[in-house]
Amino acid sequence: MSRSDVLVTADWAQEHLGDPGIVFVEVDEDTSAYDGGHLEGAVKLDWKTDLQDPLRRDFVGREAFEALLSSRGIGNDDTVVLYGGNNNWFAAYAYWYFKLYGHRDVKLIDGGRKKWELDGRPLSKETVARPATTYRASEPDLSIRAFRDEVVASIGSKNIIDVRSPDEFSGKILAPAHLPQEQAQKGGHVPTAMNIPWSKAANEDGTFKSDEDLAKLYAEQGYDEAKPTIAYCRIGERSSHTWFVLRELLGKSDVKNYDGSWVEYGSLVGVPIEK
Amino acid sequence: MCGAPKQGGSLAGVDLSTQTVIQGSVWHDGAPVAGAYVRLLDATDEFTAEVVTSPEGEFRFFAAPGRWTLRTLAPVGRAERPIDAEVGLNETTLAID
Repeated sequence: MSRSDVLVTADWAQEHLGDPGIVFVEVDEDTSAYDGGHLEGAVKLDWKTDLQDPLRRDFVGREAFEALLSSRGIGNDDTVVLYGGNNNWFAAYAYWYFKLYGHRDVKLIDGGRKKWELDGRPLSKETVARPATTYRASEPDLSIRAFRDEVVASIGSKNIIDVRSPDEFSGKILAPAHLPQEQAQKGGHVPTAMNIPWSKAANEDGTFKSDEDLAKLYAEQGYDEAKPTIAYCRIGERSSHTWFVLRELLGKSDVKNYDGSWVEYGSLVGVPIEK
Repeated sequence: MCGAPKQGGSLAGVDLSTQTVIQGSVWHDGAPVAGAYVRLLDATDEFTAEVVTSPEGEFRFFAAPGRWTLRTLAPVGRAERPIDAEVGLNETTLAID
């Protein structure tokens, strides 16, 4: 796995719009971005309504994922090229999700929607309909997903990376600052977690930093190559961005995303918190 | 939940006795700039949040009291300004030259 296998440039994406065997997928929470203009031929996935269970806090199950991808006209052999807003947070989350369910060929557009817009590249408002497929998903690959008990058991023994902003890590604020700050969970972080904000891995236009800069970033912050790693944020989308950097760009082994993240951990009774 | 909500509009439902709201608009050449990226940086210049301005050029953050920096990036250019925020409503304008 190397950078070119998992990441494509905006130029590459623009040249390959409409190619058979490649499906562009925009992933946002707020799909009004897609509706206001998207890459030509791209289908949309709604982070909340398509990818979250409507009742419980969890993913949609394997069969629901199969039905979703089938309805969007995505086949098992297609190359799925993901992009989205928020510096690709939700696209990175979808990338991790597609990998969890075993999709073979998934890529991100470097810089996502932000770079595309800043470059003034064309957007389309045409409705996209692809013929339905019969998608088959694998059993979830739990080697890339961490649950709360594992996080608690990993305190002091694994690399735990809190990718939120320093003010969320310290408990000064409880959510990214574009959201109201009234939250149920306690402020702070998992004891022994390193605070390496996702934003340190990205340039201002949303593209990822070079492999060399990324390797240097984690080494400087005390990342231990000999240990397994768990990344978390507030709800698991920013930590997907860091999971992508560590596992897919830098090729580190045994990296998990804890998608329960601070909303879950900060609400658990009796677990240790550091502030 | 982490997706940036629609920018601008009413503050109804926001408790300004507890929330520290930083809001304003981005301007260029005498007109508001829609679709500009605005990020909020903390006292150490680290990224804290980012939103995209509304059709009227508006942005809004929910922060905490203290020193912050607002930085905007748009196809027409960039601008930056510091702001000292207090609990309640803190308003400012970002002008791109």
